[in-house]
Amino acid sequence: MSSSNEARKDNLLVGLAGQQNAGKSTTFNMLTGANQHIANYPGVTVDKKTGFYRYKDVRVETVDLPGTYSLTSFSLEERVARDFLLTEQPDVIVNVLDSSSLKRSLYFTLQVLEMDFPIAVALNMMDVAKRNGTHVDVEKLSHRLGVDVIPTVGRRGKGKNELRDAIIATANRKEHNVLRVTYEELEPEVAALEEELGKTKMQGKYPLRWMAVKLIEGDSEAQRIVREELGENSAAQTKANEIRDKFEEDHYMDVADFMLGCRDRLATDIVESCVTEEKEGRDTITDMIDNIVLNRFAAPFFLVATVFVIYQLAIVQGYELTNYWWPYLAKVRSFIADLLPAAGLLEDPYVRSMGLWMVDSANGLLNYIPIFVILFSLIAILEDSGYMARIAFILDKLFHSFGLHGQSTLPYILGGVFAGGCAVPGVMATKGIPDERSRMATILTVPYMNCLAKIPFYTLLINVFFVEYKSWAMLFLSTFTIFAALLISKLLTSTVLKTMETAPFVMELPKYHPPTLFGVGQRAVERTWQYIKKVGSIVVAVSVCVFTLLQFPGLPAEKMAEFEGRMDQALVTFQTKIKKSSYAGQFGDVQSVVNLLNLYHDYKNDKMSIRGKEASLALNDKYKAEYPGMYMFLKPGADKDAKVVNRALRKLSSSRKSLRREMKEVRISNSFLGMVGRSLEPVTQWAGFNWKINVAIMSSFAARESSVATIGVLYQQGADENKSLEERVGSESGEGGFTPLHALAVMIFFALYPPCLATTIMIKVQTGSYKWMTFSILFPTALGFLAASVVYTGGSAANLSGIQMMGIFYGFTVLLTIALGLFNSWRKDPEPLPDFSGRVTE
Amino acid sequence: MPGRGKGHGRGKGQGHGRNCKCCTLREVSSGKKVKIRCHHAKGAVRQRLLDLGFVPQTDIEVIRRAPLGDPIECRVANYKVALRKSEACLIEVEQY
Repeated sequence: MSSSNEARKDNLLVGLAGQQNAGKSTTFNMLTGANQHIANYPGVTVDKKTGFYRYKDVRVETVDLPGTYSLTSFSLEERVARDFLLTEQPDVIVNVLDSSSLKRSLYFTLQVLEMDFPIAVALNMMDVAKRNGTHVDVEKLSHRLGVDVIPTVGRRGKGKNELRDAIIATANRKEHNVLRVTYEELEPEVAALEEELGKTKMQGKYPLRWMAVKLIEGDSEAQRIVREELGENSAAQTKANEIRDKFEEDHYMDVADFMLGCRDRLATDIVESCVTEEKEGRDTITDMIDNIVLNRFAAPFFLVATVFVIYQLAIVQGYELTNYWWPYLAKVRSFIADLLPAAGLLEDPYVRSMGLWMVDSANGLLNYIPIFVILFSLIAILEDSGYMARIAFILDKLFHSFGLHGQSTLPYILGGVFAGGCAVPGVMATKGIPDERSRMATILTVPYMNCLAKIPFYTLLINVFFVEYKSWAMLFLSTFTIFAALLISKLLTSTVLKTMETAPFVMELPKYHPPTLFGVGQRAVERTWQYIKKVGSIVVAVSVCVFTLLQFPGLPAEKMAEFEGRMDQALVTFQTKIKKSSYAGQFGDVQSVVNLLNLYHDYKNDKMSIRGKEASLALNDKYKAEYPGMYMFLKPGADKDAKVVNRALRKLSSSRKSLRREMKEVRISNSFLGMVGRSLEPVTQWAGFNWKINVAIMSSFAARESSVATIGVLYQQGADENKSLEERVGSESGEGGFTPLHALAVMIFFALYPPCLATTIMIKVQTGSYKWMTFSILFPTALGFLAASVVYTGGSAANLSGIQMMGIFYGFTVLLTIALGLFNSWRKDPEPLPDFSGRVTE
Repeated sequence: MPGRGKGHGRGKGQGHGRNCKCCTLREVSSGKKVKIRCHHAKGAVRQRLLDLGFVPQTDIEVIRRAPLGDPIECRVANYKVALRKSEACLIEVEQY
């Protein structure tokens, strides 16, 4: 690595290795501080965190390896960690050990030592061990292992500089006199095979003793390396096979078991000599908590209570907070509106309308930030405290019967099980699921959860069509999606995902420990930031496309002329009305009227975005100071002539508004997206969708929020009379024959319909394949359409009302889910001994 | 094919049913302490069980079953591990 080989190395590559839950990440944060970079390992979906720090003039690049229990070739994480060690050959490996369960941590250490790497040990969680009455003799441990052992408390940054010193010392040490596992009577054979390998070109490239051990054990990854280096049927491979066969013949036991036994005896011996337990056999706090929260009868209660608290704090209280948050977003909007070219009389400059469209789309999503900060903090608390693992334990059976995994719980909660969340962090959180098949099933079903952005659309439809059954309809939507996700997962895992790799559910239930403010804050900010990034990049980009598709080709000339004529007439009316006032002269030309109109519009908008009397007075003063010659038309006071102008202005402003709305509707129905929506009508009529719904559905692919906005534009009539969108959709539907059954079909389609663009991109990132991304778009669309068509066409044929059909559809889904779940657990009960070999052989 | 999976020759001669106190971890009732005799698992499952401390000759305690009856929570050394019945029945144990 370093060129100045004789002198001190001043550029180090350090690999951070250890087991999950040993405090690897906190140690990494402690070492590198804020200089981190997270990326994927090339070609795989495992996180690679790198960080730099400079200490005593040495630049140290630190790579956080995936947390693994061992370095075999069974799981992706293990292969990634091992490949890194073998190909990058780091100068030092920092092995993080959990001192509260030292023996298990040592299995890993012994394997790394066998690979002949210079290692320094960070003995983490000394505080936890001490609390449990475990005392580790650091000096003795260091002596036995033959490496530096630094006690650390990663969360408090204790041992930071000692560890940094040890890293430099280890990197520059010439002689490594480290502990070596001896394989008793197999030792001569291991040595002989090592010598055999030493004669080949693998000399100097791989740790040979380790290679010899792995070959005798029959490790498939080691065999692959030998095959690549030395070709098929090499002498070394043959020799390894002979050794293994002979040993198994003579000793009547598996050679790998024997070698494991050697390591286990050594680890036990080390632990016995270095660790003293003070209070043995006493119930720890963790045991006491578990006795309560995992109690057969109390567990469901605590689970429901937890979800309820999350819902109350994040969704209900978070929604309250958005009321305080929204004015800031509105301020940003009006700030940007000021920067953009001024509005025209009827048509705005293209830059202005597109700019505002982008800001509105982004604001619609950014509005949810308070909710997400609370939601993600609470979830981080659940994770860090250790309760999340318990949730997985409680629910695993239920999930498992549908092809999912206990650890699917977290992605589902993030995705918004029943209250609203976001599928982007949900899909990201699937990373922790060790079972590949369940992980894929989770990734593909998380988007069915109720994302926050779907809620306004549901609320709109429910308020129009299911007013009397509001709570029932809400219950239907929030629970239907869970059943649907379970059913779909079952369908996928027994069809397209059938051949995927599975893994056993063998999961550690970590000790409870209080989460730290820093840890929780960091995770919450990280996840919220992912969400903001989604808004900043994809949503804005797509919103531009949707905008363009909605704008062009624009209004036909004769329609435009008609609108202009009507606007001119309104202008004339305005002029006539103010003729007698002393200000008439000021508004002789059109431009001055437009300016006044725009000012009035801004003033009204600003008024809407503030709260309280004082703020309102301050706003008035601001306008007074900035526009001394115009202010009296906005707020005339006692000035009679100004009052006349003000009245005429308000009338003019409202005619302009309604004309603009009409234009917008004509433009959309004339636009490319409108055309597509119309051309889809022959097909979508089976599900009862008219072209307006089609347009809303298409535009919501960018982000769900747009659907309500698009519907808002498309259902214009009555907007002047300040009717709410609910009333407008309702009254227009009455004429058009839009019934609750239609609404039900739309809602079901919306519940099953593909994830938004940002989520599909996250699916691409997590699955690493465009194939699955495409699948995640097409399959739900087809399924959603099928379900909506069955509901609409079936419901119309049987002459059922919306609420009746909702009941029937819901009942059917629930019964199907229960039947499948029961069938699975019944069928699984008499288990034959399955033949696992890392793959599913069925 | 020499490159066979691990555990190929596992448990040769280790008497199945030779000792009447033998059973699989799955059958052990909650609260009981047992000693692991051997594994019938192979490959990834075996490795995973070993990594988490289900090493032959180790003592483990079955703490409880999940409210729905599966998975099973065990104490190995001083930490807790949950595993499904389908994995538990691959572990042969000896009751005290």
